[in-house]
Formats: sequence, structure tokens, C-alpha cells
Amino acid sequence: MNTTRLLLIAFGLAAGSYAADDSTVAKGRAVYQKWCTPCHGPGLGKAGAIAANAHYRGAKPAVLEERTDLTSEQIKNAVRNGVYVMPRFRKTEISNADLDAIVAYLTRAGR
Amino acid sequence: MTLPPGIAAKDFATAIRQWDRVVGKDWVFTSDEDLELYRDSYSPFWHEPEDPVPSAALAPESVEQVQQIVRIANTFKIPLWTVSTGKNLGYGGSAPRLSGSVVLDLKRMNRILEVDDKNHYALVEPGVSYFDLYRYTQEKGLNVFIDAPDPGWGSPVGNTLDRGGGHTPLRDHFASLCGMEVVLANGDLVRTGMGAIPNARTWQQYKYGFGPYVDGIFTQSNYGIVTKMGLWLYPMPEARITGIVTVPKHDDLIPMVDTLSYLMNSNIVQGTTTVGGPLLGPSREPELTALRSKPGGASIPELEAYVQRKKLPYWSIELPFYGPAEVVEAQWKFAQRKYSAIPGAQFRDGMSHRLPPDADALAKVANPVPLGVPSLSIFTSGGPNSQGHIFFSPITPMTGQAVFEATEVFDRTLREMGANNVGVVPAGTYYPRSFFFLFIFPIEHDVEKNRKMRAAFRRVVQVGAEHGWGEYRTHTAFMDDVADAYSFNNHALRRLHETIKDALDPNGILAPGKSGIWPKSTRKAKA
Repeated sequence: MNTTRLLLIAFGLAAGSYAADDSTVAKGRAVYQKWCTPCHGPGLGKAGAIAANAHYRGAKPAVLEERTDLTSEQIKNAVRNGVYVMPRFRKTEISNADLDAIVAYLTRAGR
Repeated sequence: MTLPPGIAAKDFATAIRQWDRVVGKDWVFTSDEDLELYRDSYSPFWHEPEDPVPSAALAPESVEQVQQIVRIANTFKIPLWTVSTGKNLGYGGSAPRLSGSVVLDLKRMNRILEVDDKNHYALVEPGVSYFDLYRYTQEKGLNVFIDAPDPGWGSPVGNTLDRGGGHTPLRDHFASLCGMEVVLANGDLVRTGMGAIPNARTWQQYKYGFGPYVDGIFTQSNYGIVTKMGLWLYPMPEARITGIVTVPKHDDLIPMVDTLSYLMNSNIVQGTTTVGGPLLGPSREPELTALRSKPGGASIPELEAYVQRKKLPYWSIELPFYGPAEVVEAQWKFAQRKYSAIPGAQFRDGMSHRLPPDADALAKVANPVPLGVPSLSIFTSGGPNSQGHIFFSPITPMTGQAVFEATEVFDRTLREMGANNVGVVPAGTYYPRSFFFLFIFPIEHDVEKNRKMRAAFRRVVQVGAEHGWGEYRTHTAFMDDVADAYSFNNHALRRLHETIKDALDPNGILAPGKSGIWPKSTRKAKA
């Protein structure tokens, strides 16, 4: 790993994001759209987005993809332990590799 | 580490090694961290020792692997608890009834084997979700319409096996079942209906085959593991419209429901609806609150006068129609003609959609499920602080009198039990010829609140049974209670269930306790 990439990662982590390769981010987007969008995406009837609006009162975006403050730990904790009415997700649904890809997508640098 | 009940650690370790060889180590879960994922996210036993936990979880990808898993389980007499997509939330999720069971997680068996859009059927594996099936039909541009239950992440196989319901013409999912493949407790493989003919040509077209029709015994049961299922789909209708009928008087509900029965049993109204009205549920309107706060509550004449003053109806119902655009309009006109027999009945047009809905139409609806599009929008209904729920869902006659009686009986019982936060969806038409009440009991991560909730739940099951109303399906924690209610002739039905269980699964390895059916060895221990 070269110095520039190390610096990028260090900067990314400090800002709540990190650099991941494009293919992981692309995979993360696909996994996110399959598993997360039905509750956390834009539009009507999205329970996660409605709950985020109620809890953050506009201080943070309701749509998860628009958040820039999410950390790997927060995302993994939510998926594996659940949050409010959101249940736990098993590894047969979202594997550890899929979860890493979701993290890469939601914390990608340069947004 | 939790062990299966009565199984020595050494034997369990041997079984795990054998299962490792069948499905691969990556798909045998034994760590506490992994098994935590199989607990019920909406458990009524949060933070309590009764909260069931599995001893392991196995995730096969083929029917041959399922057969080998079952044979090993039989050798060691280890109980298996099967889940399809594991999202039966409100009814136990992916957690076993019996703590220490090994969860057989079929999520990886997720192949859509066939969708025919000329004769409108599908053949799927248990790990396929309604979302998966919908995406598949969209990507291939197939002329089929999917009836999904409220949450779209559920399994068509699992939901049908639990006799779930949806919202559209084929909403009684068991009624749409056409052919199964089942692994029996001894590892044998059976195909039902026409599938019993080698190289069957009509497995998904004709349900009954020859001889006794056995598909029903594999639903809500522990007699086999279903590895494939045929489902009838609906041809894509041209349109869905709804029409709203309102009536002014309390007793108008009786002819209102009689007319609904006529329209539904004639296949004119073809979707799920519920009885509604401004007097149902809590209200903050000052005048109504004052009326209800009087000693003895508000009388029916007072409530009738109240709705008249406010220019409100007493009851309302939204009728769904599916079919050709000209036909659904004619059906709505016919329904209005029938309802005109009730003095003061009023009508207004409701929603109107061409099907399949385009992106613009979908952007305007919060809940697209009645339009044939799976969704998770139902999870908005509990509010942002909801931690889960379980359902009490008794079946009552489809009559206005039954609505009056069930509403009064359950309201009173819940008040007596101090259960003031139970949501109610009254008198739904999820199933033909009957009403379906849905009581939503909230789950909290609070031991005392959950204990109180469980007591209230058990009480409404008992009170319902005393009035001749039984539940159609229940959470694993209450399966014994609900089965107890079906007690005609000294529990003859349970004895029949147990006779079948003992014959098909003598070692009792399949889902002990499912629907209150326990294997012989466990029955002795419980006695």
C-alpha cells in the first residue's frame, strides 16, 4: 500500500469514511439496494427513513445513503443486532463480505 | 454453549462434524455470536431465560444436503427447527420453539425454478423471498401478478406453509398452493399431487394427484421439510380500483357486512378490506372524548347523533376490485346498487390504478402491496419507537353481529388485563367467508411489561375460545395455548396430530412443539 493510499484511508476514517476499491463499493451498492432500500431509501412508506426523521428531527438525512456520519461499527451493529423494529440479519442473508461491502458503500470517500 | 435437550456434548460434537462434511464448515454455525442472529428479534421473552436459543444452525443449499442432515439428526435424535427466509417476525422469526434445537436455515436454497406466465404459476425453493420473485418477474417481463403478505422479505414457501394471507385476488396463500416436494423425517423424498408421477407434466397445474390429498398436513406442522413448492399466480390484471361505502347508523353494519359477503362470495370484490369508521379506535376529538368519558360510556343513540352532527358516517368500508378497466367500473356500480338498499348509504370513488403500476404511480403510494408490489411499508405502522410486536389474530364469522360481539369482548378483556397499548385492525377479509381480527401486541425490551403482555395474550386466547373464535396462526411462545383451544372431544384433533407425528417422525426430530405438536418422548416429559 503506498503512502498516498494510507493517507487517504487515515483521512477517510477521521471523517467517518474510508477508501474502498470501486468493485467493493459497487457490490455494496447492490447489496444495499436489495436489503436496505426497502426501509431506508427515498420515497413513501420507508420505516427506517420515517424513524430517522422522528429521532433526528432533520438534523441528519432520513435516507441512509445520504448520511456522511456513519461508521463501520454503527452499520455492523445495526445489521447484526437490530435497531428498534429492525431485526437482526443472519449471515445467510447478509454475509460478512456483503456487510463489509455495505460499509464500504455507505462510508465511501469523496461524497 | 447450548446443547440440544438430552444430547451429550460428545454426540453433539460428532453430529456437528458430520454436518460440516455435508454443508461445509462455513455453513455450520455454532459460535455464540452467530447463534445470536437466530434469536427472535421480537421475542416476548427479551432478557428472560425462556428466550429460546438454538444449539447450532445449518444452511444447506440443496435437497440432497437436507436429506443427509435429517439422517444425521435421526441418528443422534437431535431436534431440527426449519426456517425458510427466517423473517416470520411476530410469529417467532428464525428462533426455534424448543431451546437447543438446531435451526435448519433454508435461505441459501433460493432458486426460482420456473415461472409460467401463460398458465400463471411458479415453482420455487424456500429461500426465495417475495422481493426475489417480484424482481425475477419484472426482469423477465412476465405477465403475472404477485400476492405478497405485508412484509415482502418473507418466503412464498414459508408464508404458505404458515397459511399466511395477502391483499389481492389470490390472497389465501394455501389455496394457491399446487404441488410440494418434501423431505420426510427419515430422509425420504416425496413429491405431492401430480409430482408423484416421474417426469410429471402438470405438477403445478393440478393440485390433487391421486389418492389422499396430503399437502395440508405439511402446513403449520412438523411432519416434513418442504424443499420445493408450486404456487398459482394471478394473470396481471388491467386495473385496480376501490370504492368507499359509508352508512349512518350503528346497526347498518349488519346489512353492510351481509352485502360484503354477497359481493365477496360472488368474486365481485376480490381483495382484502376491513371495516372502518370514525368511532373505531382512540380519538382526541373533545366532544367524542367527553361522550366516552361519561359513566357507562356513550350510548349508541348518542354516538349516532354525534356522527350526524359532525357529518360523519358511522361505518365505512373500502371495496377493492381487480380486472379489466370496464369490468371493475361495472362491478363498483353494481356494488353501489346493492348497498343502496341501506338507507343513507353514500358512495365515493377511492383509488384507481392501471396495472402494473408505473414508477410515477408507485411514487405516490405508501403501501404498494395491493398493487402487486412487495414492500416493507407495514413497518411504519408501529411508529418510530417500536421494538417489535406479536399478533393475536382470531377468526370470527363474517357478520355485523360478530363484529359487535368480538369488539366488545376483546376490548373488555384487554381493559381488564391492563393492556391499553394493543393496536387493532378489525374485521379483515384476508380469508374467504370469515373475518380476521388483528390485535398487535407490542414487544418491549422490558421484562415486566412483557410478562404483563403475555398474560393478556393468553387471556384473549382463552376468552376467544370461550366464544368459539380460534386463532389462525400464532407466535411460537403461544402455540400450546392456541392448540389447547381446539379441544373438541377431549382434544381429538391434537391426538390425531400426535398419531401422525409418531408415525412419520418416531424420533421426534422435526420442529418439536410446532403448533402444539410434541413428539412422544417430549409428551412423556411434559406429562
